Amino acid sequence: MNTLVQSARPAVPSGRELARHPLFRAGAPLLVLLLADALLLPGFLHLEIKDGHLYGALVDIANRAAPLILAAIGMTLVVATRGVDISVGAVVALAGSVAAVLVGGDAEPHVALGTAFLAALAAALACGLWNGALVSGLGLQPIVATLILMVAGRGLAQLLTDGQIVTVYYAPYAWLGGGYLAGLPVALYLAGGVAVATGLLLRHTALGLFLRVVGINPVAARLAGVPAAALLVFAYAFSGLCAGLAGLVISSNVTSADANNAGLLLELDAILAVTLGGTALTGGNFSLAGSVLGALTIQALTYTIYALGVPPEVNLVVKAMVVFIVCIAQSPELRRMLGKGAQA
Amino acid sequence: MNRASSSFAALTTVVLLAILFGSGAVVYPGFASAQVVCNLLIDNAYLVVLAVGMTFVILSGGIDLSVGSVLALTTMVAAWLLQTAHWPAYAVIGAVLAGGVLFGAAMGVLIQVFRIQPFIVTLGGMFLARGLCYLINTNSITIDDPFFTAVSQAQIPVGGAFVSPGALLALAVLAAGIWTARYTGFGRTVYAIGGNEQSASMMGLAVGLTRIAVYAVSGFCSALAGVLFSFYMLSGYGQHAQGTELDAIAAVVIGGTLLTGGSGTVAGSLAGVLVLGTIQTLIAFDGTLSSWWTRIVIGILLFVFCVVQRLLARGGAFQR
Repeated sequence: MNTLVQSARPAVPSGRELARHPLFRAGAPLLVLLLADALLLPGFLHLEIKDGHLYGALVDIANRAAPLILAAIGMTLVVATRGVDISVGAVVALAGSVAAVLVGGDAEPHVALGTAFLAALAAALACGLWNGALVSGLGLQPIVATLILMVAGRGLAQLLTDGQIVTVYYAPYAWLGGGYLAGLPVALYLAGGVAVATGLLLRHTALGLFLRVVGINPVAARLAGVPAAALLVFAYAFSGLCAGLAGLVISSNVTSADANNAGLLLELDAILAVTLGGTALTGGNFSLAGSVLGALTIQALTYTIYALGVPPEVNLVVKAMVVFIVCIAQSPELRRMLGKGAQA
Repeated sequence: MNRASSSFAALTTVVLLAILFGSGAVVYPGFASAQVVCNLLIDNAYLVVLAVGMTFVILSGGIDLSVGSVLALTTMVAAWLLQTAHWPAYAVIGAVLAGGVLFGAAMGVLIQVFRIQPFIVTLGGMFLARGLCYLINTNSITIDDPFFTAVSQAQIPVGGAFVSPGALLALAVLAAGIWTARYTGFGRTVYAIGGNEQSASMMGLAVGLTRIAVYAVSGFCSALAGVLFSFYMLSGYGQHAQGTELDAIAAVVIGGTLLTGGSGTVAGSLAGVLVLGTIQTLIAFDGTLSSWWTRIVIGILLFVFCVVQRLLARGGAFQR
């Protein structure tokens, strides 16, 4: 209610005010991309219902971004505490492998689907708790602590799958990553649900405030009675769980588990999404919505590159350019330099 | 962590290396030969060079995720210049080394001038270099230049065994790295920045230039490692050395350098590389262990090392 009243007071927010809003800076690259697509690609904004499912480029982008959105949500909490979780890709591979191995390669599942998914999430949660224990209990630097699992996690996943790609033929396995519910992809509900639930949790409990406090000054937070150690464990466990969900979506989408390649470099994309969303890697203030926008931007960029018929090889180069341009555009140093230039 | 405990951490690595190697010698016949040791250097020459560059970056408190990709880009550019543009070998090597320095310096400028985190900038560099590889060619380019093949096949006898020219070059880079870190103003400034950037800058040290130079050094090392890699593989390929940046970081950490910067040694990184190499050799000698055990064992080792380092640091704090 309060926000409604506040936003109602200035009848129309001026352009300058809008441009200052943190979400604007996060959303601007996505908006530019979508506008360019709408101009360059005929039928880009077109949505149609076929066989009861909603089809269209926009749905496709959101659907394919689901695993990255999930990973980015978890990463946001970790980054807020001044940390970073580079084991996300390995956890994705591990969770997918656990689920696929438990369900097995036959038409009938070896273990009930729900049990297999729960076991995969439990494995992912265990990974997150391990990371959290190393960072919080042992005081390891986040990048080193999660490097351990990044290296070993894929090894464990390969151990589970015996180095093979496990293909699942049990049809319901594909529902989570490839199915539809009321016309929209299931993965979209999952990503959206996790985003909204996390947002509500952080906004309506003291958790969001505490995470910010820990990120801004860990020592002061501890002295002020904020349970910093428990919060750190929570952030990494949450990131592990999100990575596990992303792993299930990815594995379900291709009805197989590839311990070697599933989620490869996903941690880097997730960190990129968080950065694009306006959350600084130095911790403190964070924007969950920004991270979701960042993830969508990355996926929209990939889609645009493919749709424009640019060879996929260029994808990495364009992505690199976007990273540089967005980071420079967001850097306070540039604004200071431009300010100086304008005064002179 | 003070200097004594940092050299103690490096010493732990050396002891571990001896234990690993000793157990291999006991269990597998033929393991304890001079050639196995030399092969360790030959197979990991590029990693030694990468780790030297990475040590400087990490000592300064930064990180360089682009090294593996710059290595791959170097093999690709070298192969293209040799095979398609028909440049002479020395010009190719000079060009790619200069390219590596420029690439690294450009990332350093972004980090220093725009105050963007090294993690993000070098991540962008990683994407850029890998992408440029595929722009040149999506397939592997075989190198058949006479100089490159001659270096690739050259064997330099050492005692009863032999090493490759690449391994000797890597050792030379290592020696230069140790000397630079220890005895030059640049090296001391790198330690000072990693220890406390504000103090370093108040002392009047050239923080900005040094930081840019650190990434240029890492870029140079990556390109040189790429040249060694193309001697070793005789091809340029965009998929060469995937994930090598992690091996390099792991080697530096196992070698006793703190990722927060300011503490560690270049020589420790050699021990780190050799530990990683010995694990791979052990698994290859065993023959029944699958390749993924390498990852699991390296993970466990990283864990043990980090715990030991933490406990050492805590012990030091209690004594004071």
